[in-house]
Amino acid sequence: MNKEETSVPGLYIHIPFCKRRCGYCDFYSVTDTRLITGFLDALFKEIDKYREEFREFDTVYIGGGTPSLLSLDQIKALLDKIRHAFTIPFDAEITIEVNPADWGKNDLNKARDIGINRISIGVQSFNEKELIFLGRRHNSQQAMCTIQDAVDAGFHNIGIDLIYGLPGQTFQQWQESLMKGLSLEPAHLSCYELELKPHTPLGLRSEKGEFRLSTEDARRDFFMRTSELLEASGYIHYEISNFARGMDKASRHNQKYWDHTPYLGLGPSAHSFNRQRRWWNHESLHDYISNLEGSLLPVGASEELTGEQLRLEALFLGLRTRKGIDLVQYQSRYGYDLMEEKGPVLKELSRTGLIEIGCGRIRPTRSGMAVADSLALL
Amino acid sequence: MDEIRNFSIIAHIDHGKSTLADRLILRTGVCDARTYKDQMLDTMDIERERGITIKSQAISLPYQARDGKNYSLNLIDTPGHVDFSYEVSRSLASCEGVLLLIDAAQGVQAQTLANLYLALEHDLVIIPVINKIDLPSADVERVIEEIETELGLDPGTHLKCSAKEGTGIDEILEAIVQRIPQPKGDPGAPLAALIFDAQYDSFRGTLIFCRVFDGSVKAGDTIRFMFNNSVYRVEEVGHFRLTRERREQLRAGEVSYIIAGVKTVSSVSIGDTITLDERPCKKPLPGFKEVKPVVFASIYPIASDDYEAVAEAVEKYKLNDAAFVYEKDSSAALGQGFRCGFLGLLHLDIVQERLEREYDLSIILSVPSVRYRFTLKDGTVLSVDNPAHYPNPMTIAASEEPYIRASMMMPDKYLGSAMSLCIEKRGVNSNLHYTSPGRAELTFEMPLAEVIFDFYDRFKSMTQGYGSFDYDLIDYRASNLVLLDILVNGEKVDALSQIVHRDRARARGVLACDRLKDEIPRQMYKIAIQGAIGGEIISRSTISAFRKDVTAKCYGGDITRKRKLLEKQKKGKKRMKMIGSVSIPQSAFLAVLKSDTD
Repeated sequence: MNKEETSVPGLYIHIPFCKRRCGYCDFYSVTDTRLITGFLDALFKEIDKYREEFREFDTVYIGGGTPSLLSLDQIKALLDKIRHAFTIPFDAEITIEVNPADWGKNDLNKARDIGINRISIGVQSFNEKELIFLGRRHNSQQAMCTIQDAVDAGFHNIGIDLIYGLPGQTFQQWQESLMKGLSLEPAHLSCYELELKPHTPLGLRSEKGEFRLSTEDARRDFFMRTSELLEASGYIHYEISNFARGMDKASRHNQKYWDHTPYLGLGPSAHSFNRQRRWWNHESLHDYISNLEGSLLPVGASEELTGEQLRLEALFLGLRTRKGIDLVQYQSRYGYDLMEEKGPVLKELSRTGLIEIGCGRIRPTRSGMAVADSLALL
Repeated sequence: MDEIRNFSIIAHIDHGKSTLADRLILRTGVCDARTYKDQMLDTMDIERERGITIKSQAISLPYQARDGKNYSLNLIDTPGHVDFSYEVSRSLASCEGVLLLIDAAQGVQAQTLANLYLALEHDLVIIPVINKIDLPSADVERVIEEIETELGLDPGTHLKCSAKEGTGIDEILEAIVQRIPQPKGDPGAPLAALIFDAQYDSFRGTLIFCRVFDGSVKAGDTIRFMFNNSVYRVEEVGHFRLTRERREQLRAGEVSYIIAGVKTVSSVSIGDTITLDERPCKKPLPGFKEVKPVVFASIYPIASDDYEAVAEAVEKYKLNDAAFVYEKDSSAALGQGFRCGFLGLLHLDIVQERLEREYDLSIILSVPSVRYRFTLKDGTVLSVDNPAHYPNPMTIAASEEPYIRASMMMPDKYLGSAMSLCIEKRGVNSNLHYTSPGRAELTFEMPLAEVIFDFYDRFKSMTQGYGSFDYDLIDYRASNLVLLDILVNGEKVDALSQIVHRDRARARGVLACDRLKDEIPRQMYKIAIQGAIGGEIISRSTISAFRKDVTAKCYGGDITRKRKLLEKQKKGKKRMKMIGSVSIPQSAFLAVLKSDTD
C-alpha cells in the first residue's frame, strides 16, 4: 500500500469566519470576527470529545471560511491542542488555507515554524475585474506576493485555487490568469468552474437576469483545454478539479475523501466519516457553541450508510480521480464485481472513450472526467 | 321482484358520485363506521388515487322503506371514460333508473348531459339529485332552473342532498323505492341474463356480473353464453354486499354474480346473454357488441432479464381484462416483448400502470399505433398495427386507415375552436345540430389515428371540460401513408417509429425530435436525434452532454449532498431503457405523439 492509500484518518477543521462573504461561495461562515475566541473555546472542547474515537491523524487541514483571519498564536494554540489530543506523525501533511490579503512574510515564516507544511492560497483569479466580480478582497499583486512569500518562507507544497467560466470570460482571459499562476510554479493547482448557487449574491444576481453563465458546451471546452494545457506544463490531472506537479504533491488530505478513508471534521458545518456512518455539525456557530457549552456533541444530523450507498459513493468518488477504481479492491471492500455486473456498460463507456479499462482498474479519461457524475450512474 | 330496485349513479366528474355511493352504503348498514373508507366501491389503488372508476362494481343495499317493506337496492357503479363506454352502456342496460347527480355550485356540466342522454337511450327513470347543498357557493335555485331548461326534466322531481354531510340521504332512498320501477321480467320464462362485467378471482376463476331479466339460475345448472356459444356448470350464485353473499338461486330482476368455473375473463364477453343450456331463451338480449382493441403498442421489459417476469405478468393480467389482447413481439432496439391491443389511450395507460404496480415490473411501451390496411401489388391485403411491419413501400398498391364518427356535445360558444381542432385533425363531413338553445352537437368523420392521440385532452381543455366526446368506428378509407423513423445517435429505434399521413410527416418528425429532446435527459455524450422517411432525414435535434457542477469540490468532506443527488438520478434511470448507449425514459415513447399546444 503506498502512501496515498494509507487508512489513517484525516482531520479537517472548519474556521467559520470571513471578513466579508464572496459572491459565489455557499460554505458556512459568519463575518463577526469577535466571536473567534468563543469559537476556539468550543473547538477545543469538541477536540476533547473525539479523543477516544480517533487516535491518530496523518493529515490536518485547516479550512474555512478564512483560517488566515486567525492570529498565528491562535493557530499555534490550535495545533498544540491537536497534537496533545491525538497522535500526529512528524511527516503528517498539515495544510492551511490563506487569503492573499491576510498574511505577509512574517506570518508565513511563523506558520512554517509551527509545523504547517502545506499552504493553499485562495487566488481565484489574476484579473482585477474578475476579482471584483467574485467579491474577493485582494488584488492580483497581493496574490503574486503571497505566493512568492510562501516560497521564500520555505514552503515546497504550495497550492493555488482558481475559478474559471465567469460570465463573458474568454478562454484567452482565463489562460492569462492560469499562465500567471504557472509562472510561479506552484506544486498544486485547483481549478473550479464557477457555479451559481442559489442564495449566494451572484446566484441572486443571475436569477434577476443580470448575467448568464456561458453554455455547457463552452464550459466543457474550458475544462478540456485547461486539462490539456496543465498536463502539457507538467501537471498531473489527478482529480477532476486538481492538478499536481507529481503525485507526491497531490493533496493527501483531499484524497481521503475520494478513497473512503475515515476523516473527522470539526467546527460548524464540518462533515465526518467512519466507513459506516457520516455525520455533520450544525451549520450555525451559535448552535455549535451552545451545544459544546452544554457538553453535547454539536452534531446536526447523521446517516448510516448501506452497502449500496457505500458502493455508489466509492464509484463516483473513484471516478473523479485519475487513478480510478481498483477492481479487486472494490470487490473486496464492497462485495460487488463491477466487471461481472456492469461489463457491457463499462465496455461501451470504454469504446466511446470515457473510461479506460486495464491493469485491474477502471480510470476516467479526460472526457470521462468532464462527465464524471454521469459515469457513476452506469 | 316487487322489492328489487336496480339503479346507477351518473354525474359529471367530481360532482360527488363516490361520496354519495359511500353514503348510501353507510346508511343502509352494509358497513359500519369502523370498516368504512372513502370510495368504497373503487377497490383498485389506481382508482382511488386517480379518483376514477375503471371496473364496474355492484352492491346490493338492504333497505326498509317507510312502507315497512324490505327492499334490495342494487347499485351498479360504472366507469366514466370514453375508452370504457361500452361497459357503461351494459351497466345502464341492467338498471331501471338512475340518480343524476348535479353539483349545487357548478350546476349542469358536459358529462351531466352526456350521461343523461345515455340514460335516456336506455329508457331509464331519471331522478335529478342536487348535491353539495352545504357549500357556501351552492345555488340551488339556479340548478333547479337548469334541470328544466338544460336537461328538459321536470324540475319538481329534484332532490337535494349533501353526500358529504349525510343530509337528504333518506329522501333519496325513498325516491329510489317509489320512483324507479320494479324490474319487469318473467321468472318462469327461460333464463336470460345480461353480462355487464367480469372479474377474475384467483381462487374461484371468473366472477360474472350479470342482471337476470327472465327466468332463474342456481348452482348445478348448465348455462350457455349465447354469443360465445360455450357451456359451463354453475358452481355458485349470489348477491353483492361488500363481499360476495352466496344465494340458493338468482331470479328475474336481480343484479348478481355467477361463478361457473370459467378460467379466464376473456372467455366471457361483456354484453353477452347467459341462458340455460337445456332450456334456452329464444333470442339474446339486445345491444351485444364485440369489443375490439383500437390502439396497439408493444411492451418491453426495461431490463431484458425481466422478459419471463413480463410474460407471466401479461398472462395473469389478461385473466382479468378481456379487452386487453397480446401476442409475442420482438424489436431490434428493445429486444423481446409483446404486441398488445387496447381500447384507447387511457386503457393503455391503466394497463401499463397496473402491470408495473401489481407485478412490480419496469416496462417500456412503444409508440402506440392504430391498425392500418395495405393492399400490395400482388393483391395481398395486410393489416398492420406495428410500424415495424410496415411493408416495403415499393410493393404497396394502396394504403387505408380507420375512420371514426366523432360526436361532440358542447355549449355553442366552443363550436369555433372545436371545429378548427377537428379540421386540423383531418376531419371531414361535419354535421351540426342544436340539442337545445345554446348547446350543440357536432359530428365529424376523422381518422382514428388523429383522435386517439392528443385529441381528447385538447378537446376537453378547449371546451373547459364542458364538452363531451364519443366515437364509433365507421370504415377504412384510402390514405397516403408513410413510415416515420426516429434515429438516436444514428441508430434506428424501431419502437419510436410511426406510420403517419404523408402531409403530416414533416411536422410529426419535427415534433417527435423536439419532444424527445425534452424527454431524454442529458447524458454523458452529445445525443443526436433525427427523424427520417425512407433514407431522407427530415428533422433533427441535439441533446448536449450532461456535466453540471462536476468540478464542485466535495468541500470539507460533504459527500452526502452529491450522493443524494446521484441516488435521485439513479432512481430515475431505473425507469429508462438503454438503447445502444442512450437511456430513454418510458415517457419518451408516448411523448412523441403529444403536440406542444398543451
